[in-house]
Amino acid sequence: MINRNNFNKLSEYLITRIIRLAGYLSILYVALICLFLIREGFPALFNVPFSSLFGITWYPIEGHFGILPLFLGSLTVTFGAILISVPLGIATAVFISEIAPPWVNQVFKPLIEILAGIPSVVLGFIGILVLSPFLRRFLDLPTGLTAFTGALLLGWVAIPSIVSVAEDALNTVPRSYREASLALGANRWQTIWGVTVPAARNGILTAVMLGIGRVIGETMAVMMVTGNAPTMPNLLSLFQPVRTMTATIASEMGEVATNSTHYQVLFFIGIVLFILSLVINVIAFLISSRRMKRSERLLS
Amino acid sequence: MIRKPFFIAPAKQQKLGFVLLAVLSGITVLPIIALLVFILVEGLPAISWQFLTAMPEDGMRAGGILPAIIGTFYLTLGTAIFSIPPGIAAAIYLAMYAPDNNVTRLIRITMINLAGIPSVVYGLFGLGAFVLFLHFGTSILAASLTLSIMTLPIIISTTEEALHAVPNAFSVVSISLGATRWQTIWRIVLPESLPGILTGMILGLERAAGETAPILFTGAAFFLPRLPTSPLDATMALPYHLFVISTQVPNMPIQVQYGTVLVLLAFVLGMNLLANFVRNRARARRQW
Repeated sequence: MINRNNFNKLSEYLITRIIRLAGYLSILYVALICLFLIREGFPALFNVPFSSLFGITWYPIEGHFGILPLFLGSLTVTFGAILISVPLGIATAVFISEIAPPWVNQVFKPLIEILAGIPSVVLGFIGILVLSPFLRRFLDLPTGLTAFTGALLLGWVAIPSIVSVAEDALNTVPRSYREASLALGANRWQTIWGVTVPAARNGILTAVMLGIGRVIGETMAVMMVTGNAPTMPNLLSLFQPVRTMTATIASEMGEVATNSTHYQVLFFIGIVLFILSLVINVIAFLISSRRMKRSERLLS
Repeated sequence: MIRKPFFIAPAKQQKLGFVLLAVLSGITVLPIIALLVFILVEGLPAISWQFLTAMPEDGMRAGGILPAIIGTFYLTLGTAIFSIPPGIAAAIYLAMYAPDNNVTRLIRITMINLAGIPSVVYGLFGLGAFVLFLHFGTSILAASLTLSIMTLPIIISTTEEALHAVPNAFSVVSISLGATRWQTIWRIVLPESLPGILTGMILGLERAAGETAPILFTGAAFFLPRLPTSPLDATMALPYHLFVISTQVPNMPIQVQYGTVLVLLAFVLGMNLLANFVRNRARARRQW
């Protein structure tokens, strides 16, 4: 009896230890990712002069490692995608949570979930085969593989995260808010824009941030349809081939020698991407935890 | 009262607004339907028993895609092995043990960051850590480990949600009857939340199965007309194979491409359906 009790105590102790350890895993993994990116990518700062690394020419064969065109390429595509996905995503979220009858939701919600599961390489495939020839003819462009094609596809990559997070935010707005507004004589439309959406403001902002994060990090679809041109983009036009940071890593890493300067610079681009996603996610986290505090204050 | 120049009566405003939102949602959803129907219609004629079970021939232009299907299966399995046990344990910690302090806050911030890291950066990490540092080479092992770290935050957050959904009263009763904390978790909380955990697991693995960027430099083979025999072999995989045949191989018959897309989508969306099935069945049975 005593033995069994001791055994139970011991196993309880061990299991608690293991579980606690597993809890810390995410910290460990992020630290390891940082460590390895820095280990492989940091030497680029010493082996490539600053003026070249942050210059405007990306031509690795001749030793030009300017990441600015790639950075701007990512920015252009992301900007275009956000311009498309934010209005569509928020409109869909509002429609699903505030207006649509249940049977519409039973169709729309699973479709959005399916979209979230569609591999980006499938979207890229459709982009090459259907979207880009169509855009070339429709807009009379020299090539259909442009930043705009990428932005259009990536719009739909960002939509699932925007819709689901924004919809959650709208659903957590207390019913009493809506009821109070309706009781004061506002109609449903006025209630949505005057009360519900403003109350869910922080959650919707979080949704937008997460959408931006998804788009910046997207690799395969954007590599397949943006034309792979690592030149300085003209910031005024979306209708030109560009190349993003992610696409550059994916398309060139396979061909470089380990620990060559080119290899190190590709890891350095990885560091830039990592920092970008870090900043975006920390902002999103801060916005969403601000929401929690505020609603706690209101309910107390 | 001065009338605004663009005054529209509230009732009319509401009508217009609802129509506008419906149209925008339609624009969001219709391309998804179109894409699914298009791939189904174009891909079905390419599917045959031979396409699913034969090796690729003639520089991948003929024959089947068996090694890619098996490869994706192995990668998904490997990802499950490396991500599910630690993911569930981490979720149990966060839901049941974690004190409300700064360390826990740090865990949550890093988890959100982990979920937001671009997939190609995971690929870089896998290359640096597993392929080169640990000398696994480009292999199923290295690719699965890379994918498992990417999947972990999804599994942790869905599992934690499932654990929280179990009413607190269940645990209170169990503990008051003399059960220890772990006994309560193992006998009461985990069984009750199993459907939710399963759903999250499947959705996480679905993501991993469709990913290309993390396996590009860690385990994917351009062309390998045999089945992998050990975890240290490189492998073909459906998403990477689709990328290869749609961008890297000239004169690729369009039929083969559509067939591959359909198989990949069926693989991924099949998992999605399974997750929904588990979730709906559990919801229908739930008594609390």
